[in-house]
Parts: sequence; structure tokens; C-alpha cells
Amino acid sequence: MTGTRRTVAALFLLPALVLLGALVVYPIGYSVVRSFYDQSGDGFAGFDNYQALFTDDGIRTALKNNIIWVVFAPTVATALGLIFAVLTERVRWGTAFKLVVFMPMAISMLAAGIIFRLVYDQDPDKGVANAVWVGVHDTFAEASAFPKAHPGRESPLTVDQGGFITKEPVRLGEPVNLPLVGVAPDQMPDDAAKAVAARPDPGKVTGTTWQDFTRGEGVGTLGAPDPSELGYPGMKIEAVKDGKVVASTTAADDGTFSLPAAADGAQLRLPADNFKEPYNGLDWLGPSLVTPAIIGSYIWMWAGFAMVLIAAGLAGVPRELLEAARVDGANEWQVFRRVTVPLLAPVLAVVTVTLMINVLKIFDLVFIIAPGSSQDDANVLALELYRKGFSEDQPGIASAIAVFLLLLVIPVMWFNIRRLRREVRR
Amino acid sequence: MHSSISTSRTRTRRTARAAAAALAGALAFSLSACGGDDSSGNEGSGGTDEAATTVTLPKLDGETLEVAAVWTGPEQANFKKVLEEFEKRTGAKVTFVPAQDPIINFLGSKIAGGAPPDIAMLPQVGAIQQAVDKGWAKPIGPEAQEQLGKNYSQGWQDLGKVDGKQYGVYYKAANKSLIWYNTQVFENAGAEEPKTWEDLLSTAQTIYDSGVTPFSVGGADGWTLTDWFENVYLSQAGPEKYDQLAKHEIKWTDPSVTEALTTLAQIWGKQDYIAGGASGALQTEFPASVTQTFTGGDQPKAGMVFEGDFVQVNIAETDAEVGTDAKVFAFPKVGDTEPVVSGGDAAVILQDSKAAQALATFLASPDAATIQAKLGGYLSPNKNVDPSAYPNAVQQEMAKSLVAAGDDFRFDMSDQAPQAFGGTPGKGEWKALQDFLKNPKDIKGTQEQLEADAAAAYGN
Repeated sequence: MTGTRRTVAALFLLPALVLLGALVVYPIGYSVVRSFYDQSGDGFAGFDNYQALFTDDGIRTALKNNIIWVVFAPTVATALGLIFAVLTERVRWGTAFKLVVFMPMAISMLAAGIIFRLVYDQDPDKGVANAVWVGVHDTFAEASAFPKAHPGRESPLTVDQGGFITKEPVRLGEPVNLPLVGVAPDQMPDDAAKAVAARPDPGKVTGTTWQDFTRGEGVGTLGAPDPSELGYPGMKIEAVKDGKVVASTTAADDGTFSLPAAADGAQLRLPADNFKEPYNGLDWLGPSLVTPAIIGSYIWMWAGFAMVLIAAGLAGVPRELLEAARVDGANEWQVFRRVTVPLLAPVLAVVTVTLMINVLKIFDLVFIIAPGSSQDDANVLALELYRKGFSEDQPGIASAIAVFLLLLVIPVMWFNIRRLRREVRR
Repeated sequence: MHSSISTSRTRTRRTARAAAAALAGALAFSLSACGGDDSSGNEGSGGTDEAATTVTLPKLDGETLEVAAVWTGPEQANFKKVLEEFEKRTGAKVTFVPAQDPIINFLGSKIAGGAPPDIAMLPQVGAIQQAVDKGWAKPIGPEAQEQLGKNYSQGWQDLGKVDGKQYGVYYKAANKSLIWYNTQVFENAGAEEPKTWEDLLSTAQTIYDSGVTPFSVGGADGWTLTDWFENVYLSQAGPEKYDQLAKHEIKWTDPSVTEALTTLAQIWGKQDYIAGGASGALQTEFPASVTQTFTGGDQPKAGMVFEGDFVQVNIAETDAEVGTDAKVFAFPKVGDTEPVVSGGDAAVILQDSKAAQALATFLASPDAATIQAKLGGYLSPNKNVDPSAYPNAVQQEMAKSLVAAGDDFRFDMSDQAPQAFGGTPGKGEWKALQDFLKNPKDIKGTQEQLEADAAAAYGN
């Protein structure tokens, strides 16, 4: 090579080198240097920051979660992508389906995070995940009519086995009052009628169970039905003697009930299934489910990406090989398992590895979806880097995390580059 | 809590906050790269009403200023009206620089980039101290000092002092000892505004008996929980202990803390008293905790919500009207006296100039405060602001009581603490109290956690 050619080459390379140097090499180098200095950046700290990396509880959780992410997110996304790709090939509306699955890729991580924050909302009226879950649950286990009902002040009732029981035994011919409070007016059953005091009946135990609360006035007359107070229709009442149920009944619309003579001397119990709380669904963003929930939203976004790449790979698979296998008597599952997947293996590996690199730096979804109270439990390295660097003012430790992340990504990148080289050579 | 007012509004929209955070890096880079040298034409057109003039300002034609604050939304818009008035009077050109929490770290990157704003609004006492320690803050001049002396009680002046020198001008205050309630719920239940903690408990029971959950707690934001604790602690243990704990001169394992947490557990410990139970509350952000109290007609998710005067900004997002549908009472006294916990934003000069001093002077004057008071959602510690400037009776009442409290208030404790303890999501006091809300029986464990985190953060 002559000198001029060398100069020309250098001249052409220069812009790229300057840009790479200023935007990639220098920041990496500076982060490495910074990671060996203390918080203020003045004192040399040796390996202290790296030691903090493995002793700090927050960083350890982040590390653990990152491992969960790297293991599950790419594999599940690739597996789903593979299934979608293989299936859409055989459906008439395959392209339309692919378009729909790919669509989340067009949304930014930030927007996806906000969407899933709402999806996972605890309140079934807002969060679609819990709405579905509660809907399914309630089909099998019905909610009770009087959740939150409880004895008011100076009540003749006391708590027993999740329900309420009278403190004193009841007698024939003496009407019993079983007042409760706390059922929201709009949650009262529609057939509830104005509560009336029960008539004494010498051969029976009679009584009333009602909502002892008048709107705007509080309890009103304590322990006796006021004019506008409503009965508890359908409330189950059991007469209990020595721990055994001797008689049971349900209250009428006006809250009155009567029990046979056998109930004489028994205590009256309102059993727990009157008061079962409505099922509120899963705690998606609570400490235990938050990471799987966020991984779910990631898969929603990236399964489409995997599908498109795998579908492209699938288009390149020679049809005659599949045909040959079918002619040889292989069933569809065997064709998929023994022919399609092995032929697609290089593509699957590229997709998985690309997603792994992508997942190692996951930040936005976790930052946005996890509420402040469980951010700690959902923590990942990139988020911890941000928190240490920008809200706790610990640039040294943040740099150490950055360097550590870089080290984690290098083997994966090396794998990808090597594979790429081999492809080119072929 | 830190955040207090500042973050509470940063958090009014999680989206905005998230967006801001995601952009943080990019912004820090680009903004520091292009320093604020935009030459100015001066168009002093203000949409503000004619404001009375009580302060004389120098002519500053051609000067430019940058003011950084974490305010967003209507708060930012209202503050810009005040800046417009300043432009009109002096001829200087003022640019508002939106910052992110924690603002002290934001300023750090701006200063490292060589282009700090001229004035920053700092929401924490600790941040002023830090800014002085790092040599960023410049003392304020005699003109602003004169305004401060005329318009502010000694307590508010002292909050802006470091080592006897005045650095901060408290422009905005927050009264964080308030409980807001849904009047419909109180009416239906026949409940009355409580004066003492016992009254509060029986009011809560009455509301629960009427079929409504008494309290809404925005536990996803740790600072609402630290504010709960501070009110109980200030009233129960008294101001002296409060100051000691704020400086970490007594340990968090102190019996007074045990007592305060035990008191707090009388509400936090009852699943039925908190909307959504503890786990629901821990996923409710502050803005949602307000709106769910004032939507839903006769059956809102909760009857009361505790937080400062800035709650009205979030109430404005619902159909409820402050003063009729939403009313407020002072945090009931737990011990001998009613607590008054406050927060505030102070203007601190980072680049000394005639223009910066003039703006500090203007912000210390009743003129500036009156403009923003008229726009609502704002409370000034300036005692010479006419209460009638505030747009409604509730705000006038809050302003009067803030001024009447004189020096008898305490600044938000977590805002005085180091950031790592008192102001970081998922860490320190925020996290410890969130865990306590989840498990209110574990008072001892909570205290040990608090003490361990505090010791690490205070470095003692």
C-alpha cells in the first residue's frame, strides 16, 4: 500500500472513528474508570464499588430478577413466535394474524408500560387482567350478599367462626333483634323491604335481622328498627346448641324470621357465608407476581418480533424435505419436531440471543409498571443503575453496575458475532 | 418525604414522570450541551391581572435568566405567569427550565456541564444545605433580604439560612396537616369533623358502619406514608423530639417512635378502614388516592384522604367542587397540640447577577405571590399576601392558618433527611413504612429497619 492510499483510507475512516470514539469508546472507558472512584469522584475506591455490587440487597434482588428475565422472557417469546409462525403458515388469514401479533412492536416500551399498568390494576373495574380472573372465579364461587356487614355499637352479637353469634341464648316467645351495620346502600339486595319488629309467638323463636343504620342520622334508635331501615332478605340464621346446629332458616324481605320450638335455649348464629368478601382477584403487581407480570407484558411486545423472523426462516425451509417426511409416513407433530425445528435451529438461536441482549438491558417496562411499593421486588440491574446514579447520587456504584452489565452482554454478543461470521463463510 | 409538594405534582401523572425520567439522560446531555444563551427579544405581554406594586425592580433590558423547577402542568403554567409579570416590569427575559426529581442531582449534571440555571426552586431543606456545601448556592443580596424581613416570619426565613447566611427565599408553602373528606359520605353517615385522634377513630367507625371505607391511602408513593407518620409523631412526641429525630440525634428505635407507630396501626392495622386493604393501598398512587375519594357519588371508594393543600389540584380533575363536595379539616391532635407539618419550595441563586437578585427580590415580595395565589392551587408563606387573593374559602382558610401558625410549625421530616433515606422510592423510610402498612403488627421490625437505613444514610 502506498502512503497516499493510506492517508486516503485514514481520511475516510476518520469520521466514523471520531464518532465511535466519542460516543461509544470514551463513555465505556470513562465508566470503567469512574467505577473505581468513590461517590464524589475525588478519591480512588479500588474495588469497593464492585464489592457493594454483591453485598447490597437491592442489587442482589436485581441480579436474581435479571436471571429470571434472561431465562424466561426470550425462551417463552421465541417459543410463542415459533408456534405463531408455523400455524399462520397454514391459515388463510395468516397475514392478517401476523399483522395483529406484530402490532405491539409499533408501540414504544413506555406506552406499553402504561397500558399494562392499567391491565394489571388491582381494581377489577379498571384492570382487565383482574376483571377476567374475577369473572372466571365468580362463575364457580358466588359472592355473598352482605360483605362487610358487622355488629355496630353495643351489639347483642359477637364474632364466631367468621360469622356472628348472639351472646345470650334465645327463648320462645321473646323476639330477638339481630342488628348489623356496614352494608353499602347500593349493595343492599333489591328486594330488601323496610325492617319491622317481629311479633312474639309462644311456640316459636322469632326475630328480625336488619341494617341498623339510617342515612344521615347514624344508628338512629340503637338496637331497634327505625322507619327507614331495611331488612336483610335471605340472611341465613342458625340456632346452635352445644356447638350443633339444631334449626336453621333464612330471613324474609323485611328481615323477620321464625325458628321452630327446637331453637329454644339455643344461640342464634349468622354463619360466615353470609359475609364472604367479594373476590378481588390476584395481586398482580404485589411482591410475588410483579416480575412474571412484567415479563408477560414484554412477551406481548416481542413475540411478534420473534414470529416475523422465524416466519422468514420458515419460508426458506425446503418444502420437499417436509413433503418427503410426510410421504415417509411421519405425522404432523413428527414433521414439526424432527424436521422443521432442526432446520430452523439457526434462526431460533439468533432470535433467542438477540432477545437475551435486549432483556439484559430491560428498564422501561419495570420502571413504569411496578408501583413504588414493589419496585424493590421487581428491580433489575438497569433500573438499579438508574436509581443508584440518578436518585441516590452514587455514580461510582452505578458505573460499576454498568461495567458489570457490559461484561454480561459480551459473551452473548461474541456468540452472535461468531455465528454471523459462520453464516457469511457458508 | 421529599416530593412533598414537588413530587406530588411531578407524580400527578405517572406518564409525565415516566416520560421525564426516560428522557432524563438525553435531556441532561442535550441541555448541558447547549447552554442558555438564547438572545432575547423582549415581548412583555402578560395575561395577568393588574398587580399592585409594592417592590421596585431595576431595569434589566437585554438580560436573560433561567429558572429551574420540577413543577409540571397547571402549576408550571401558573408560575410562568409570575415570570411574565417580572419580564414586564424589568424587561429581562426569563426561561423556565423543567427539571426532574431529585432536583439536586439534576442541577449536579447541569453544573458539571457548565451551564447551571440562574435560579433553582429547591423543595427540600436538605437540598439547600447540599447546594451550599458544594459551593453552588450564592447568598442573596440586601434587596431580597429586605423583602424577606418585611414579609416573612422568622421561622420561614431561618429555613432558608445555612450557617447564618440567607440562601433560600421560600416562595411556596404546603400545609401537610390536612384531611380532606367527601361531604356526601359524612352527611350520609351523620359523621362530624373530628378534633382529636379518638374522634377520628370513632368518625372512621361511623363511616365504616354506613357502608363506606373510611380512608384512602396512596401507599404506592412512599411519601404519603411518611407524612402520616410525621403528623402523628409531631403531635404525640412534641416538636423537640421531632427535631431530634429529624437530625437523627435519637434513634428510630426510640420508644416515642414505637408509640407513634402503635397509634398509626390503629388505622393502618384495620384492613376494613383502608380502601382496597393494605395491598390495594400499596398499589394506589397519590393522585388515584384522591380521585377515588371524590368520584363514585354516594359510594366512593373511601370517605377521607389525608394529604396537604395540593390535594385540591387532583380534586380539580374530578367533578367534585372544593368547598361544597370536598371539605377539609386539620389533622386531629394525637397528643397535646395539633400538628402543623409543612413543606415548601425555596428559590436559590446559582449564578449571581443583578437580574438573578432582582428575581429573588420579586419572588420574596407579595406582588409575585398574589399573582399565583389568584390562580389557585398555591399557598404562600408570605404574611403580607391578602387572604382575599385566594380563589375560594377553603384556600383562604388554609392560608390564614399557615400564617397564623407563625413559627409554630415543623418542616417535613423526610425532606430534611438525606435523599437516600427520606426521598427514594423503594428505599429507606418510604420502603420501611410501606412494609409497615403491609404488616402493621411488626412495629419492632419496622423500627429496626428504619434505624438501619437511617444509620447508613446519615452516616452515623
